[in-house]
Amino acid sequence: MDPIVTFEGVRKTYDGATFVVDELNLTLARGEFLTLLGPSGSGKTTTLMMLAGFEDPSAGTITLDGKRLNHVPAHRRGIGMVFQNYALFPHMTVAQNLAFPLEMHGVAKADIGPRVKRALDMVRLPHLRDRRPAQLSGGQQQRVAVARALVYGPKLVLMDEPLGALDKQLRYELQLEIKHLHDELGVTIVYVTHDQSEALTMSDRIAVFHHGRIQQLASPGELYERPCNAFVASFVGENNRFDGTLVDRDGALCRVRLPNGSLIVASHATDLAAGAPVVLSLRPERVSARAQAAHENRFDGELLEVIYQGDHCKLRLRVAGNEDFVAKVPAVESAQWRRGDVLAVSWPAQACMALAEG
Amino acid sequence: MTAASMPGRPLHALLRATTAVVLLFLVLPIVVVFPLSFSSGELLTLPTPGWSWRWYEDFFTSGKWLLATRNSFIVGIATAFFATLLGTLCALGIYLGRFRGKGLLVGMLSTPMVVPVVVTAVAVYFAFAVVGLNNTLAGLIVAHTVLSVPYVLITVLATLQTFDANLLKAAATLGAPPHVAFRRVVLPLIAPGVATGALFAFATSFDELVVAIFVAGPEQFTLPRQMYAGVREFLSPTIAAAAVLLILCSLVFLALNEWIRTRMNAPAPAIADPAEPN
Repeated sequence: MDPIVTFEGVRKTYDGATFVVDELNLTLARGEFLTLLGPSGSGKTTTLMMLAGFEDPSAGTITLDGKRLNHVPAHRRGIGMVFQNYALFPHMTVAQNLAFPLEMHGVAKADIGPRVKRALDMVRLPHLRDRRPAQLSGGQQQRVAVARALVYGPKLVLMDEPLGALDKQLRYELQLEIKHLHDELGVTIVYVTHDQSEALTMSDRIAVFHHGRIQQLASPGELYERPCNAFVASFVGENNRFDGTLVDRDGALCRVRLPNGSLIVASHATDLAAGAPVVLSLRPERVSARAQAAHENRFDGELLEVIYQGDHCKLRLRVAGNEDFVAKVPAVESAQWRRGDVLAVSWPAQACMALAEG
Repeated sequence: MTAASMPGRPLHALLRATTAVVLLFLVLPIVVVFPLSFSSGELLTLPTPGWSWRWYEDFFTSGKWLLATRNSFIVGIATAFFATLLGTLCALGIYLGRFRGKGLLVGMLSTPMVVPVVVTAVAVYFAFAVVGLNNTLAGLIVAHTVLSVPYVLITVLATLQTFDANLLKAAATLGAPPHVAFRRVVLPLIAPGVATGALFAFATSFDELVVAIFVAGPEQFTLPRQMYAGVREFLSPTIAAAAVLLILCSLVFLALNEWIRTRMNAPAPAIADPAEPN
């Protein structure tokens, strides 16, 4: 891995007592798309602002290309940024907005025009070069903002919930567009969002933040399949949760006793001792409602509600005392069941993870 | 005509009449100086014995009045410059700074607006006696700047409420050092507020009398001070001519202010090409 940015022991506190960011150690690989994911107040935006140069770390070191960034002002860091509210200069046209960073970086006058044009072509808005930001739609404004952050060729671009103000359809379009730009240009992107599906769609790696600390740093697939604790499991993707006590372990599997006495066979990744309290996490799509399925865990589930979602249905069931147990099944299968039916639900041991509370 | 509005009609007429009376009350004293300034007589009396331009001629040929006009413009323009510079920087610091007690600070900086001018004038007089600024144009400029800064501060602060602080962050990430960001991004966007503040500062200085009485010697007489001297010494209709000229200046200020205001509130050009989805 060729590191471009490192955080070493970075902490941030405003009052000296509570740490908004606590003991952050993180290395970014050149050219990667890293997402900082977390609920509001988890420290992800503060981390981004420290990297951009708008907040000073209370302790620790941030480096960019091996050089210490502490106390380097934002305008000398050469880090591009895209903001949630676009932050386009309202008194300049689109072309003037794009020319601004080129002028600031001393690009020769003759080169500015062609580079602005290339950047506008890149985001497919060449026809809007003489418009003012107020004359553009939200999606167009954010495309211009992305082009403006990239036009002067920064090695690193930060994006602070850039799609938060857009509607769902447009958000998805722009997610892919930004991802494609990242692939084409090879620029390193640090992206902040609280939307887990956005993080899964776009990222090479995701850092899940909670209480100022990174809970897990992993690829989207690993994060979803092997969350390291209950917080990550519940924050990324949908999740059935059981609280229980670890009974014993056998290789990669373990048995967990629920408060109502039921035993569940689960897999475990972390080192947990017998008798320890654990949280079981089970993805709804891994639950089978077919009677003939042969899985380690089989329970009777009383059907409480069928929630139609078009391509699939969610069944809300009472399973082992849990009234919020959800199974995701194809819509065609669900037609045979009525509320009050008792279904045989089952799931394999490796789909169910025993985790420590995060 | 609906039944509900019928009983409102006499009240409506009364309202109009009252409004007319109030307006007359406000405007008549000002209107009166117009015929007086064109009087051919030596005395400030109505009706005038005849019409002439002689008092305007007197104004534009008298050394005293020309000096006063010159002083007024020098002091007014310098005051507008310094008050705008200080007030704008002050507003920016208060808007962008992260510290407690901003309200208290704005309140303290606004005191010259609230404290009776005569109190400020006396204080300035004694202070200037120590540093030797009485009877100088520079002293008058400093004193007027003190009185004018709050107007600039408040108009610029009001304009900054609509300024998005993220634009400064954006400018920084695009490589603009703070002073360039200020010139290229902040200033163009708050220009209407700055211009209004400058206008207020000039107007404050231009019609200020009390401080001028204390601080200005005969060489530093401004137009209001010269008029005051004229009223006390020899009551000539030149004062009426000067008053008319001052009223015309005020009308120009009003028009300028209105022009800035409409420009500031001008709606963004309509979105063209609505066929485009995004």
